[in-house]
Amino acid sequence: MYVAVKGGEAAINNAHELLADRRRGDRSLPSVTIGQIIEQLGLAVDRVMAEASLYDRALAALAVRQSRGDLIEAIFLLRAYRTTLPRFGASVPLDTATMKVERRISATYKDLPGGQLLGPTFDYTHRLLDPSLLTDEPVDEPKRKDASDERIMRVSDILAHEGLIEPDGEFPADHLAGDLTREPMEFPMSRDLRLQALARGDEGFLLALGYSTQRGYGRNHPFVGEIRIGEVEVEMEVAELGFAVSLGRIRVTECQMVNQFKGSSKAPPQFTRGYGLVFGQSERKAMSMSLVDRALRAEELGEDITAPAQDEEFVISHSDNVQATGFVEHLKLPHYVDFQAELALVRKMRADIEAARNSGKDLQEAAE
Amino acid sequence: MTDLATYNFAYLDEQTKRMIRRAILKAIAIPGYQVPFASREMPMPYGWGTGGVQVTASIIGPEDVLKVIDQGADDTTNAVSIRAFFQKVANVAVTTHTKDATIIQTRHRIPEQKLAEGQILVYQVPIPEPLRFLEPRETETRKMHALEEYGLMHVKLYEDIAHNGRISKTYAYPVKVAGRYVMDPSPTPKFDNPKMHLSEALQLFGAGREKRIYAVPPYTEVVSLDFEDYPFEIQKFEQPCALCGAEGVYLDEVVLDDKGGRMFVCSDTDHCEERREHGHAGAMLAPSKEAAE
Repeated sequence: MYVAVKGGEAAINNAHELLADRRRGDRSLPSVTIGQIIEQLGLAVDRVMAEASLYDRALAALAVRQSRGDLIEAIFLLRAYRTTLPRFGASVPLDTATMKVERRISATYKDLPGGQLLGPTFDYTHRLLDPSLLTDEPVDEPKRKDASDERIMRVSDILAHEGLIEPDGEFPADHLAGDLTREPMEFPMSRDLRLQALARGDEGFLLALGYSTQRGYGRNHPFVGEIRIGEVEVEMEVAELGFAVSLGRIRVTECQMVNQFKGSSKAPPQFTRGYGLVFGQSERKAMSMSLVDRALRAEELGEDITAPAQDEEFVISHSDNVQATGFVEHLKLPHYVDFQAELALVRKMRADIEAARNSGKDLQEAAE
Repeated sequence: MTDLATYNFAYLDEQTKRMIRRAILKAIAIPGYQVPFASREMPMPYGWGTGGVQVTASIIGPEDVLKVIDQGADDTTNAVSIRAFFQKVANVAVTTHTKDATIIQTRHRIPEQKLAEGQILVYQVPIPEPLRFLEPRETETRKMHALEEYGLMHVKLYEDIAHNGRISKTYAYPVKVAGRYVMDPSPTPKFDNPKMHLSEALQLFGAGREKRIYAVPPYTEVVSLDFEDYPFEIQKFEQPCALCGAEGVYLDEVVLDDKGGRMFVCSDTDHCEERREHGHAGAMLAPSKEAAE
C-alpha cells in the first residue's frame, strides 16, 4: 500500500535504494564513465543540453547516467540545476556565418560557395545492424580537410542579394532578448521568446508538428535552404571594456528553411523563412523547429490559422516535455479524496435513476 | 562539481524569492486574481506541487513550523517527500499538528480544525484557471476575468442541473472571491469550500507549471457559485469515522476485502489521531479497546 500510515518515509528511502541498485545494474560489469557517455553517446548528451538549455557536456552526461538513459529525466535533472545558476548577462548574437563548419548542406542549390559538406551524418548509411560493433573493433581515423578560416556564406545571404527573401527581422535597438525561464510567459509572444521555447521544446513533439505541416495541416512549402553544424564563438560585451570578448566555442546545428510565399495583404510575394537553432548536433530537431517556427508566423504574415502547428498558444503551451511529463505523471499521485467525491456522486445519481425506474414500474402496475 | 550541492536557505535564491513575494503581495491585494510569475524549475516534477513549494520556500523563515498534507494526510508519499525537502534545504521544524503549524502546505484538502490568525495555508494548484475547461485559451480567459464575464460558468452549472438534476461538480468547485473574481479553489472536495469563507488564516495558491499565484487574504468572502433554487451544498456522509467517531468531517473509503467490505475513516489523519488521543472511538476501534480492558 503506497500510502501506508507512517510508512511513507521508509518506503521512499527503500525505493531510492532499489533505484540506485537498478541504475548500477550488474556489478560484475564495469560502470560507464562520464567520458564514455560524452564520447560514445554524444547525440544523447546533445539532446539533453539542448532541451535543458544548458551547454555543459559533463553535467549532461552525468544526468544521462543518473537517469539510466531516460533522456527526459536527464533534461529535468539538468534544468533543475540550471535554474539555480546566476545570470551574468546575454551574449552578443551568434554569427553562424563564421562557423567552423563540419557539415553544411543546401537542398536549394546544386553547388554553392563553400560547397556541400556531408560531415558525420547517418543519412547515407544502410540501416543494417553492424555485428562488428558487438565487439570493440578498431576504427580508422577519418580523413580531414586542412583547417581554414574560410567564411562560408549563408544561403539566406545568397537569396538576399536579389531581394527574393525576407530580411532578418529587426528588433528596436533597445530590445533585450527575452527569457521565458525568468519572466512570466504571456501570449501572444514575441518571436525571440517563441524561438527560445521551441529551442528547448520536445524533439518528438516538434517533429510531429513539423510533419503535420508537410501533410497539409498548415502547409508552408518548405525547402531546406541550408543546414550547418559546427562550432561558433560565443561573445559577450563587458561594460568596462567596450568590446566583445570571447567566452568560448559551442557546437550548434542551424537550419534555415526557405518557404515559398504567395504574398498577402501584409507582405509581398517573396521567400519567407523558418529558423531552427539547437545546441549540439541535432538536425531532426533544428529542421522541425524551423518548420514550426514558420508555421507560427502565420499571423504575422497574414495567413489563415487553420492547423495546430500554426496555433501559438497550443504549440508553446505543450512543447515543454518536463512540464508535460510532470503533469501527465502526476496522475499517479493519490487522488482518493476527489475520487471519493466522485464515487458518492455516481452512487447518488444511480440511486436516483433506480428510484425513478421503480416508481415508473409502480405507476405501470397501478395502471394495469 | 563537488560544490554543486550547496543551495540557498529554502532552495530558491533571494532574487527569486523577492520576485515571488512581490507576486504574492499583488495576489493578496487583488483577492482571487491570478498573478503571472516567473515560475522556476524545481527539483521535483511539475504537477507534484512545484507552485506550492515555491510559495512556501519564499515565505518560510527559520522560526516557522511546517506541516505538509496530501489528501488530508501527513504520511502520503508526496507529503513526506515535500516535508523532507524543506527539512533538508531549510532545516525548519515540522509538525503534523494543525494547530502547531505556522505554514501548512496542502494538496486536495483543508484541515478539519479551524485555522487561526497568523497561520498560512499554501495550496498546490494544478490548473489555476476555473474557466479553463470551458475555454482552453489563456488569452480568452484573461479577457473574461477582466470583463467579469462569468456567464459561461453559470451556463455550465445550469447545464449540469438540466442533465443530472444537480450540479455535478464535486471538487475544484468554483468560488467567487470578495465579490469579484471567480477562482478555482484547487481540487479540494467542495466539502472544504465553506472553510475558505472568512477564514482567519491567509490562503495562498501556487501553480508552478501554469506560472500563476493567487490568494485569499484573511476574513475574505468566498462564496461557492450556485442558484437560488439549487443552493450550494456539501457532501454528507451517512456514518461517522470508523476510527474516531467524528461526524461532519470528510471521510475516505477504505476497501477491506473483495466482498464489498469497506470502512470510512477521516481523511484528515491529524484530526483523527487527536480525537482518538482524547478518548473518542469509532465503531472499528471500540472492540479492541474493550478487549484491552
